[in-house]
Amino acid sequence: MTNEELKTRITELVPSAAFEEGGEWINVNVDPGEWPGFARQLRSDAGLQFDYLFCLTCVDWKTHLAMVYHLSSTLFRHNLVVKAKLDNHTPQIETVSHIWKTAELHEREVYEMFGVNFLNHPDLRLLILPEGWEGKNPMRKDFEDPVNMIKL
Amino acid sequence: MLEEVATSTEGDLVINVGPQHPATHGVLHLVITLNGETIKKVEPHLGYIHRSIEKMCESLTYRQFIYVTSRMDYLSAHINNHACALCVEKAMQIEVPERAQVIRVIMDELTRIASHELWWGAMAMDIGAFTPFFHAFRERETINDIMEETCGARLTMNYMVPGGVMIDLHPDFQRKVKEFIKLFRSKVHEYDELVTGNIIFRSRMKDVGFLSKEDAISFGCTGPTARGSGVSCDIRKLYPYDVYNKVQFEEVLETGGDSLARYMVRIREMHQSISIIEQLIDNIPEGDFQAKTKAVLKLPKGEFYTRVETARGELGLYIVSEGATTPYRIKFRSPGFSNLSALDTMARGSKLGDLVAMMGTLDLVIPDIDR
Repeated sequence: MTNEELKTRITELVPSAAFEEGGEWINVNVDPGEWPGFARQLRSDAGLQFDYLFCLTCVDWKTHLAMVYHLSSTLFRHNLVVKAKLDNHTPQIETVSHIWKTAELHEREVYEMFGVNFLNHPDLRLLILPEGWEGKNPMRKDFEDPVNMIKL
Repeated sequence: MLEEVATSTEGDLVINVGPQHPATHGVLHLVITLNGETIKKVEPHLGYIHRSIEKMCESLTYRQFIYVTSRMDYLSAHINNHACALCVEKAMQIEVPERAQVIRVIMDELTRIASHELWWGAMAMDIGAFTPFFHAFRERETINDIMEETCGARLTMNYMVPGGVMIDLHPDFQRKVKEFIKLFRSKVHEYDELVTGNIIFRSRMKDVGFLSKEDAISFGCTGPTARGSGVSCDIRKLYPYDVYNKVQFEEVLETGGDSLARYMVRIREMHQSISIIEQLIDNIPEGDFQAKTKAVLKLPKGEFYTRVETARGELGLYIVSEGATTPYRIKFRSPGFSNLSALDTMARGSKLGDLVAMMGTLDLVIPDIDR
């Protein structure tokens, strides 16, 4: 599908989806509550078939967190970026690890680095940080570590 | 981890492979649940070499951050740099001179051969054959010498700058590369004689660590790991960058999905890389090796994503810019991280001794996984 066709199809699926202008791929903002249903449709819709989640990450915008999912279809070769705004203090969103298996490890990384709670994740615990890590999440903008971090 | 052994239930045995283990080629820690000798579960524990490169990049300028990325996948250092340079060029709409593009691609392919050579030697050693290691390093050394002459470094070359390459090629470069191609062609049949056709080797690789096509896509596997399962995912073909759309090469695909298929993909890829270099080496255009760029680079506000094909698979670079001289957020989508996640599915039900063969054909580089 071309970007325009994708836009039309996605608006049919999620009427409240907000599109961002610019960028080579379609950027769509969805409500975290709508994400699980939307994700399932993206994967299974005959014309979309986004079977390959090639990047899953989070951006700390200080006022809120934004989950960013980069999706691609190995069949149609179209790409899509889905974003979901999360609350800064108690960020939580449904897991997609049952739809794209790669999400399991990626979500664990986002969980420890940004503190996002992935609901219904099969095994949500620390992956990279040492056991018993206490304190803030290292990739948050307000993270301070006066001992190990050197400001240039 | 004696407690873990003691607390395991139902006759299962939990053992640790790594973080210091010769077959993990780095500080990878796998906790393996065994029933007898059969693997029930493989669980990776990461972070032993986590340097927080993404956080570090947030305080580095767009000229500086490139060099940190050489330390991720150090065997594809040049290709990692390539991703960064491409992303900055895309964001700032810098036209790269044709000469620089050709130099970059030749260097990329030399890096790929060097990486595959090291993988081939190390993997054979894991399986129990020591001799191939020396054969692989003999040819790899020639590549490192070529790199050293032009870039001044053998492994982490840091040859790339936004807009081109740092310095022009060494006058001897073309002659040396042609000599290497001749040498490689005369030696490469030894690889097949030593390992590929070896009956013991084949029986250790065949039907070991099967990964289906659907699983490969779902786990986000890329590179030779996915292509061994028949997934077409070569970024050089799908989203060509620099001069990859002007050279003839074939995307290597195998359908076996087992360790042998992944092995064959890498062996055949080396031949493709040689063919790409052969097409380009006599046709390096004259001209600038670097575009004229400002001393201080400022990316426009927005989000930029580039993908390149490293020796291990698809490396994605996601830059979020706020219009400053340093990035607001950087994410490296490293191929090793996703490829490793498939190990559990591959290994379940296999024997413990086969795990080394699976890890070998995944071609894991731990600093690339941890970042």
